[in-house]
Amino acid sequence: MVLIFAESPEGKFKKAALEAVTYGARLAQQMQTQAVALVVGDVADAGMLGEYGVTKVVRIAGDAWDAASLAKAVADVAGQLGADVVVMPFTTTGKAIQGRVAVRLGAGAVSGVNALPDLSDGFVVKRPVFSGKAYAYYKIKSAKKVLSLMSNAIPLEKTGAPVEVENLPITLDPPKVQSVGVEKQKGGIPLPEADIVVSGGRGLKGPENWAILLELADALGAATACSRPVADAGWRPHHEHVGQTGLAIRPNLYIAIGISGAIQHLAGVNNSKTIVVINKDPEAPFFKAADYGVVGDLFEVVPRLTEAVKKFKASN
Amino acid sequence: MKLLVCISQTPDTTARVAFKDNNTAYDESGVQFIMNPYDEWYALVRALELKEVAGGTVTVLHVGPASTEATIRKALAIGADDAVRINAEPVSADFVAKQIAAYAADKNFDAIFMGKETIDYNGAIVPAMVAEHLDLPYIPLASHMDVSGDTATIHRDIEGGIEKVSVKFPFVLSAAKGLAEQRIPNMRGIMMARRKPLVVVEPVDYEPLVETMRFELPPPKSEVKLVDPENMDELVRLLHEEAKVI
Ligand SMILES: Cc1cc2nc3c(=O)[nH]c(=O)nc-3n(C[C@H](O)[C@H](O)[C@H](O)COP(=O)(O)OP(=O)(O)OC[C@H]3O[C@@H](n4cnc5c(N)ncnc54)[C@H](O)[C@@H]3O)c2cc1C
Ligand SMILES: Nc1ncnc2c1ncn2[C@@H]1O[C@H](COP(=O)(O)O)[C@@H](O)[C@H]1O
Repeated sequence: MVLIFAESPEGKFKKAALEAVTYGARLAQQMQTQAVALVVGDVADAGMLGEYGVTKVVRIAGDAWDAASLAKAVADVAGQLGADVVVMPFTTTGKAIQGRVAVRLGAGAVSGVNALPDLSDGFVVKRPVFSGKAYAYYKIKSAKKVLSLMSNAIPLEKTGAPVEVENLPITLDPPKVQSVGVEKQKGGIPLPEADIVVSGGRGLKGPENWAILLELADALGAATACSRPVADAGWRPHHEHVGQTGLAIRPNLYIAIGISGAIQHLAGVNNSKTIVVINKDPEAPFFKAADYGVVGDLFEVVPRLTEAVKKFKASN
Repeated sequence: MKLLVCISQTPDTTARVAFKDNNTAYDESGVQFIMNPYDEWYALVRALELKEVAGGTVTVLHVGPASTEATIRKALAIGADDAVRINAEPVSADFVAKQIAAYAADKNFDAIFMGKETIDYNGAIVPAMVAEHLDLPYIPLASHMDVSGDTATIHRDIEGGIEKVSVKFPFVLSAAKGLAEQRIPNMRGIMMARRKPLVVVEPVDYEPLVETMRFELPPPKSEVKLVDPENMDELVRLLHEEAKVI
């Protein structure tokens, strides 16, 4: 049996959780077994996970997001239901609990997998390594396994219909780590979840010039990001900083504006599906990592692109 | 306070990525190795800052072969008091976590500082395993920490923001950017590091649960398609019809 932990912060499933459910359901098919989703806490419509291929949803009450108590609950459910594989999203919650769940189950674990396993010779999974510059294949040798799924690695797939939700009489241990408040970044689309990201570098010359970038992001429905010197100089908030020391993202479309494409910057973005680079220097290293390039002055090109996007959106 | 910092070694951030032996091993030839930046810049420095305020000791721990001792000496030069090397190849996350936990089990550390991930394997999983083995609270992705008495208030990065959490010592944390500012070792630190104790410990028996089979480089990126800067309608068309991303 494959058990998928469908994380639901604030009572809602994010895309990463639905991807994990889709992945787990396909893995169960491959292993000719059942897929069951686990939700923790109050979720309005947990049965809808059936649409992504699970045959059952189990639920436990409580809302402690402490790594120790959550991991214990997930491992207890896996034990009770006899799960062979536990799947979860490779999110900040996944990172908090995956290792703990694995130790509790005596399971081998691989984090951030990006494809279904090869079962022809044991259980071999693939994941990106070296910040996306290579892939590695790992064989998990233990009977039980715990996987976390890289976001945006597989397309969502609706193959089923809503299912019953069964409440399990398992309770969360009281948390040892107390939450004393959450500060959400205001407005905009959170960067880790965005399908489209518009990102600016030192080429924009100063924070006062960001309006043209924000207008493009707005027209595309995109999140905004920046290079490290931009965040270090305080032109943009630090949570927008992408790259080796910032966030690693993998949107469908990454538009880099006035960014040279240093290797440490690429480390955070080169898993994007499509990369567009706008830079006045034809020798900028970023063009080597780009799918589409525009050699030109960003102060002219970006407003022109925004107009073209608006025109396209209006006629589609 | 008695603090432990777990450090790993990784290829330099600009190192070329290539594989040898039929793609089963990383090709180390000509590669410069460094201390994993999250361990060096944030975990180690925040532990040193805490010791400077609260007193105590900072021990660094590394699981790796003798060839990694330069990296360990660097941690001593930055300010750690002593070092332990567990003499084994770090073959898998579960193996490394087991070794760290076996060492720490009877030492009563007040806190264990680790990095949010290694920049080569990007696992982000060893610290949670260590915390579970030792039955300690775990705070991943810590980007700020205040300490008052026996309680730490820590900011942990979450999607689209931060969560402030409060936890009593002892605990395990993984360090993200923001937790501290990088420190460069000075001459005196480098001299002193030579005389600081570096103990070598043999690993405990443990059969790794995960084995690295092989590596693969992504297919070479096709040549960039240049679009006329005057014609952004064409770029939009390509993104829609060819790349299918808008
Ligand atoms: C250990 C380490 C870790 C690092 N981590 C990160 C990281 O996580 N993320 C990160 O981003 N960086 C990181 N860096 C820094 C990185 O090496 C680069 O210095 C940085 O990415 C450069 O930022 P930039 O491209 O915005 O600026 P620049 O390199 O200055 O590039 C500006 C670009 O804008 C172009 N430009 C200028 N004017 C115009 C115009 N009018 N129209 C069009 N184009 C124009 C220029 O041609 C140039 O290519 C790290 C460095 C180190 C050593
Ligand atoms: N060989 C090792 N020796 C000591 N600590 C390690 C080792 N490997 C990983 N770690 C610690 O675990 C953290 C996360 O590593 P990983 O889970 O491999 O991404 C690192 O930042 C280190 O603090």
